[in-house]
Amino acid sequence: MFEFSPAMLVYAAVCSTLAGGFASLFADRWPAVQKFLVFPLLGLSGVVSIAACLAALSGAPAVTDELALGLPWLQWHVRLDSLSGFFLGVIGLITLAVSAFGPGYVREYSNSHYSLALLGVMTALFVAGMQLVVVADDAFAFMVAWELMSVASYFLVAFEHEEAANRRAAFLYLLMAQVGAILILLSFGVLAAHGGDFTFAAMRHAGLTPLWAAASFGLGLLGFGMKAGIVPLHVWLPEAHPVAPSHISALMSGVMLKVAVYGFIRLVFDLLGDPHWSWGVVVLAVGSVTSLYGVLYALVQHDLKRLLAYHSVENIGIIYIGLGLALIFFSANLPAFGVLGLIAALYHTLNHALFKSLLFLGAGALLQHGHERDLEHMGGLIRRMPWTALFFLIGCLSISALPPFNGFVSEWLTFQTALQATTLESGVLRAVIPISAAVLALSGALAATCFVKVYGVAFLGQARSRKVRHAREASHGMVLAQAVLACLCLLFGVLPTTTVEFLSRISVDLTGFGVTAATRQGWLWLTPIAPEVASYSAPLVLLGVLLALGAWAAVYFSSRKRRLVQPLPRRDAWDCGFGPLTPRMQYSASAFAMPIRHIFRPAWRLHEEKVREMDPQLSTRPLQLRYLMHADDLSWQYFYLPVERFVQGAARRVGRIQTGHLRHYLAYSFFTLIALLWLIT
Amino acid sequence: MTAYADLPLIEQLIRTFAALILVSSFALLAQARVVAAIQVFAWQGFLLSALTALVAWNSGLPHLYISAVLSLVLKALFIPWLLIRQSRRLGILRDFDAVIRPGLTLMAAGTLVIFCYNVVIPVREFTQIVTRDAIAVSLALVMISLLMLITRRKAITQVVAFMSLENGLFFAAVTATQGMPMVVELGIAFDVLIAAVIFGVFFFHIRDSIETLDVDQLSRLREMDE
Amino acid sequence: MADYLNLAGWLAALAQTVLFVAIAPLFANWVKRAKCTLQNRRPPPWLQPYRDLRRLFGKEVVLAHTASHVFRIAPYIVFGTAVLAASIIPFILAEIPFAAMADAIVLVGTLALGRFFLALAGLDVGTSFGGMGSSREMTFAALAEPAMLMVVFTLAMLASSTNLSTVVGFFLEQPLALRPSLLFGLLALLLVGIAETGRIPVDNPATHLELTMIHEAMILEYTGRHLALMEYASQLKLAIYAVLTVNLFLPWGISRTLDPASVGIAVLALTAKLAVLGALLALAETLVAKMRLFRVPTFLAVAFTLSLIGMLSFIMLEGH
Repeated sequence: MFEFSPAMLVYAAVCSTLAGGFASLFADRWPAVQKFLVFPLLGLSGVVSIAACLAALSGAPAVTDELALGLPWLQWHVRLDSLSGFFLGVIGLITLAVSAFGPGYVREYSNSHYSLALLGVMTALFVAGMQLVVVADDAFAFMVAWELMSVASYFLVAFEHEEAANRRAAFLYLLMAQVGAILILLSFGVLAAHGGDFTFAAMRHAGLTPLWAAASFGLGLLGFGMKAGIVPLHVWLPEAHPVAPSHISALMSGVMLKVAVYGFIRLVFDLLGDPHWSWGVVVLAVGSVTSLYGVLYALVQHDLKRLLAYHSVENIGIIYIGLGLALIFFSANLPAFGVLGLIAALYHTLNHALFKSLLFLGAGALLQHGHERDLEHMGGLIRRMPWTALFFLIGCLSISALPPFNGFVSEWLTFQTALQATTLESGVLRAVIPISAAVLALSGALAATCFVKVYGVAFLGQARSRKVRHAREASHGMVLAQAVLACLCLLFGVLPTTTVEFLSRISVDLTGFGVTAATRQGWLWLTPIAPEVASYSAPLVLLGVLLALGAWAAVYFSSRKRRLVQPLPRRDAWDCGFGPLTPRMQYSASAFAMPIRHIFRPAWRLHEEKVREMDPQLSTRPLQLRYLMHADDLSWQYFYLPVERFVQGAARRVGRIQTGHLRHYLAYSFFTLIALLWLIT
Repeated sequence: MTAYADLPLIEQLIRTFAALILVSSFALLAQARVVAAIQVFAWQGFLLSALTALVAWNSGLPHLYISAVLSLVLKALFIPWLLIRQSRRLGILRDFDAVIRPGLTLMAAGTLVIFCYNVVIPVREFTQIVTRDAIAVSLALVMISLLMLITRRKAITQVVAFMSLENGLFFAAVTATQGMPMVVELGIAFDVLIAAVIFGVFFFHIRDSIETLDVDQLSRLREMDE
Repeated sequence: MADYLNLAGWLAALAQTVLFVAIAPLFANWVKRAKCTLQNRRPPPWLQPYRDLRRLFGKEVVLAHTASHVFRIAPYIVFGTAVLAASIIPFILAEIPFAAMADAIVLVGTLALGRFFLALAGLDVGTSFGGMGSSREMTFAALAEPAMLMVVFTLAMLASSTNLSTVVGFFLEQPLALRPSLLFGLLALLLVGIAETGRIPVDNPATHLELTMIHEAMILEYTGRHLALMEYASQLKLAIYAVLTVNLFLPWGISRTLDPASVGIAVLALTAKLAVLGALLALAETLVAKMRLFRVPTFLAVAFTLSLIGMLSFIMLEGH
């Protein structure tokens, strides 16, 4: 008797992904396979994942299953509950967009000697790994899937391996991923030791003492934080994301970081049981520092993909602020507000996946058709690539948390949660939470500054290099992928009530509490606590903005009709009467961020270099001026170098016992033997 | 517990003055110019004496009026006048004592306020007097003055910080125990006065012997380096 | 919320918004007149800003060769968001259905949306002045944001709501009290308002061609109706911050019903409050000199510190 279960959808999705991977083995011989088999299968997997997500979020109870994989006595446990369903949906959405974007993008590689087969296989393994991580229901399956994800993505980062910098970035990534995996394993180990089994079901009843729970929490925070990119464990992110192919960057930044967030939520909200308030404070502090640090570093970048990678760090910080607030409220026995924090974090997870993938895909389009990653060489692309420009603008508005787009809703919810700090007993928490909210406000506003810089320098003004001047619009598939993501950004921004209702189910499953008041006033009003406390009507705000656009359209088209042949007269720019404009006169990305660099100077270690070539006839007149600037990540100086020095020192000290004399080694064995014998008696 | 809005006006005024004193201590911390720092210090003394008078009015303790007058005369008028006169004679009135990392210093001050609030929560449980909410502010005043002492280089601003620290202690005495016994208070007031005079004399001696009033240079006096 | 979600409420709110938009230039002109009087100059006529706007709307629009669609859409978005923001805040009526549409945080977000496009428009033509203005505007707005949020937080903690109508209602129902938190919140909001609306000492609305200008640098390339919309939007923004300041911190007189008598009182009270605030602003602008650009962060740090002390004194001193 065949019985349908949502788990089937998960298997179908994974199988479809793997089939795509298998098909791409032939991609080197027949490149058409890429377009007609590999990416469609990946897209199918995305669609099926979304279906599984909807099935899991429709209110059905969690489905569990056992797979006869792995070792004979250690079966894989699979569980599809609403949390894993939600993350499966996020993976599915982005995978779908990437499958539309991919064929156009990888065409570039068919002329190079990089293997398309390797790219396809590793992409498939990477996606399959992520899909398996979120449905794994025991530590063993989780770790296997996690490693599959990490290793496959290592190969993807190292894909363009002929450049030494890429190999170095990939190695750094692999190293951090492995250290993180060990910490996660230890965290699970603590739980398993007390729960008696490696399944998550047993871990839920581990009944840890506060000390052990804190140990497991700390290990999990560091382990998952390494993948998610909390400061100062984020250093691999700005190195690895820029060098991967752009659609892979979208997957890594949009989805893989979210899988780490999933792991953290699963561990803290599901497996560990009642949280302690200090965990919340730690997570809140980590989140605040991460968000501010991320955006400050993003501001001084001029490599577009690197800049986006630092923004991922910032957004992970925002997600962690939400989670920290949730932990604080849950531990203070105020679940109604805790739920709000959790929902804000989950909402931002979804939003960040959407707009960050959109921006990375846009950056990919710029890279392929404008051949530029450096903002300082771009400019005027809105005329060459109008569609990409439009969707990139939507991405910029979303990530800058501006209404009526999706990024605003989740930040608004985070603020609303923070506002409930007045209900807390502890005066210190009441004072600290608003300060972290102020940090959030600052980083949100700085993000807007940063994206004005990105958009203004890349798309507006005049082209700063020849290649950019002759850029072409991206292929249909690439534009379509961006269009889908941009529409979703608007959709999730305008319909927050429906989304919050779905997210509330996750929270009910995890903690037993959901939001009740948020949607009581109907779909038009989002009222997280109560209507008189705070309300936001995204559709009406959208209506307001649309009215403004409508006014423009009315004027635009009526003026067109009146003067059929004459568009608005065009003249040289006034520019206060200075001479004709040249591209060199425009504000560059570095110039735009200069006031910020001046104000927050201690946040970076800036290397500035001014090269001045003087006129040989007139020594006071410079012929050419060049200004080079790059910012070193302070965490290298203050965190990694001391760690490295310590490890080196420790190694040297331990190295002393390596004398090279055979008799000494025999003596070690002899003393060890005696010590062991003494121990066991 | 009554709602804040139902408190009598005088109690609201006391709290407002306490908050203003807190602001003055932040202002003092961020002031880089010597003359401005002394002026802010004078304002702080004035606010403190006003607050003392208010507490005296509210609690009906006559000896607090004397404290109020004393602090008005000494802290708001005489000592600032003395400091300005000395600075002028030393030629450092328009000097600049740069605040190190102003943003970070202000953040540290904010953290100190929260920390002090946390520290005095148990104290608040024990006392019922109207000024108990202000105890945290008085402690914060002491802490911020200490912070100013360790972040400044010039001797003159350090003296201002020291005087402000004494303001904090006086404030604590007024708010926590409705003032100290009159004898003690008078004694302290004259101590401060004498201290101000002696500091003034010392400035001249320090400058004469090492030709600067930058306290970082005082490390040169260590015998080891000679 | 539901009790005033009736048709009369919506219509009244709409009428109020129209009135707000209509009188915003008048307030800007009042400040200008007061300043002229203080500086012994002859003030412009009362209706001068309307004449200017009409003149600009009638003029031909000229675009730079390098201007893109963003440049043409931006004036509409900037003006539209300003109108949207104006519709949210309690003006003559305290309880309006529009206030439920967007709370104080959305208000900040809406203004930020307008600013985003304003800054993009500054960069669009590719002149150095435009980029300079955009860069400075975004930087200072980012620094003002935490102070603004902290003020919102203090108010919201007090009234346990971010809904502007509810906050105003809360203050009206409370007995009059002297709160240090509100005192500092008011000061901080004034400083933030000065920075955000580009008044002296942060920016000078009256000059062009100065190396320290911010707002005017971004709209240098605009002409005709585009320029009119931009100018109008900046007058609206000034009025928004002024009304927000007087109605949140001194809400007395604002009407809570549609009754003609109370509406009349509200109009008179608001006129008086705005007149005093405008005169104070003019006085401050006359007395204070424009700051060096990199003193502005210090100015905003003072605003943030004040708002922080406001929040802390609410927790420490008003914890009843």
